[in-house]
Amino acid sequence: MTSTNASNQELPPAAAPPVPAMRIRVRALDFFYGTTRALSNINLDIPDQRITAFIGPSGCGKSTLLRVFNRMYELYPDQRAQGEVIVDGENILAPGSDVALLRAKIGMVFQKPTPFPMSVFDNVAFGIRLYERLPKAELTDRVENALRRAALWDEVKDKLARSGLSLSGGQQQRLCIARSIAVRPQVILFDEPTSALDPISTAKIEELMRELTADYTIAIVTHNMQQAARVSDRVAFMYLGELIECGDTEKIFTNPDRKQTEDYITGRFG
Amino acid sequence: MIGLYARRKLVDRISRVLMPFAAFIGLFFLAWILWISFSHGLSALRWDLFVNDTPPPGTDSYGMRNAFVGSLILIGMAMLLGIPVGLLAGTWLAEYGGQRRLARGVRFLNDIMLSAPSIEIGLFAYAILVDPLKHFSAISGSVALAMLMIPIVTRTTDEMLALVHADMRESAVALGAPMWKVISKITWKAARNGILTGILIALARISGETAPLLFTALNNQYFSLDPLRPMANLPVVIFQFAMSPYANWQKMAWAGVLIAICFILLLSIVSRLVLNRGTAKS
Repeated sequence: MTSTNASNQELPPAAAPPVPAMRIRVRALDFFYGTTRALSNINLDIPDQRITAFIGPSGCGKSTLLRVFNRMYELYPDQRAQGEVIVDGENILAPGSDVALLRAKIGMVFQKPTPFPMSVFDNVAFGIRLYERLPKAELTDRVENALRRAALWDEVKDKLARSGLSLSGGQQQRLCIARSIAVRPQVILFDEPTSALDPISTAKIEELMRELTADYTIAIVTHNMQQAARVSDRVAFMYLGELIECGDTEKIFTNPDRKQTEDYITGRFG
Repeated sequence: MIGLYARRKLVDRISRVLMPFAAFIGLFFLAWILWISFSHGLSALRWDLFVNDTPPPGTDSYGMRNAFVGSLILIGMAMLLGIPVGLLAGTWLAEYGGQRRLARGVRFLNDIMLSAPSIEIGLFAYAILVDPLKHFSAISGSVALAMLMIPIVTRTTDEMLALVHADMRESAVALGAPMWKVISKITWKAARNGILTGILIALARISGETAPLLFTALNNQYFSLDPLRPMANLPVVIFQFAMSPYANWQKMAWAGVLIAICFILLLSIVSRLVLNRGTAKS
């Protein structure tokens, strides 16, 4: 898809530009749980309008890295990050960087669907109401838009007043995606978003992620190699807290530079 | 291996017999208590109970209005004092304290409070309120009752909030919600049923307490709404009337017992209905 002569061919208008802007730049990032180092010297660029997949064996630091991007780790007093993560030219790890605005800019979807104990409508409106006070009609529009974008509208348009918990697992996960989209972020982080879902729901979410690349930067942590191959444009392979290799998906899966990457992908360890 | 399996099946069978038996013992005494209360109490129920105040000795007058009203006031004031403190303490423990040393210390002290004899709490309220103010008062009784509620509400709130999955909290935080909003809009709601059940258990516990009221609210022969004076209340009136030599006082004590039991029963049923309606929606 991103072969060298792509720019010479006639591309459909929907295609992403050949050289995307870098949305997130990570420089010399270290991360600690107490005194245990979980990430060491990570350097990485995450391009806009692309899906970057993070793969690697359990405990290699994929989720930890993802949770640095929206500073989620700050919830836990013994966790600490040092280095630079630059989003829109601003180092988000610098003191004084506004965390609420960062989280408005970077949404997150979790492994387990986590609808809030309120109606479908209020679930989606919750994030909007944190930042904007909208008239009812406009709020309704925003909620509908987000639900449409998350490919859930047709299934829930008649039960917006029902509890979000009454939806099926796959629907709940799309509700969580709609909830993230509603805030109008630039980046969406997916932390193993389909590992608790059945294959049909998984396919829907993957298709949705592909559609979302038109407007968003997407980073996904996955344990499923096929999923990484199916949905991502770029793959970052991590091992024992280090970034071993990062490159275009096709290259990583067919001709990786590092032997460790090849061994992991071909199932020789991990 | 076969032997182990056979043993497991045998233990299973024995437990299946013993467990219903244990449940039966509990239910048997509950039914017995209900039977005694109803058989003695029903015939003692009269409208006068709610109209007249407790009679002086040697009269035929029949009534406990002041005790009913007094108990409701005492419990109401205790709720106003105890529920906010317990709720906030439990919330702090679960949402901020976690496993920190301070939180573990607070939990330990709270557990001691939980099992403190109620008469001791009554004496404490006597020492800090009745003695300095030089007279018994309804408010000191409510303070004592509130102190019995607080550890129960704290404990259940803490435990119920701890059951709310961390992902739920994190997804709200990931949207940029400040902690107070996460707590008030998300985790309290998610733990609502458990927290309410804790409050009800606390309520049921204090509504029958007699010991802490003996040297705080004391009792009052007359109808009073003044929180700074002694106030009549059901448990102490039942205690005095049941010990009295007068037949109609003893009857009134039985009626009081029946009404107290029905109050708790009603409270449980209504709250159960409200809670079920809440969960049926979700």
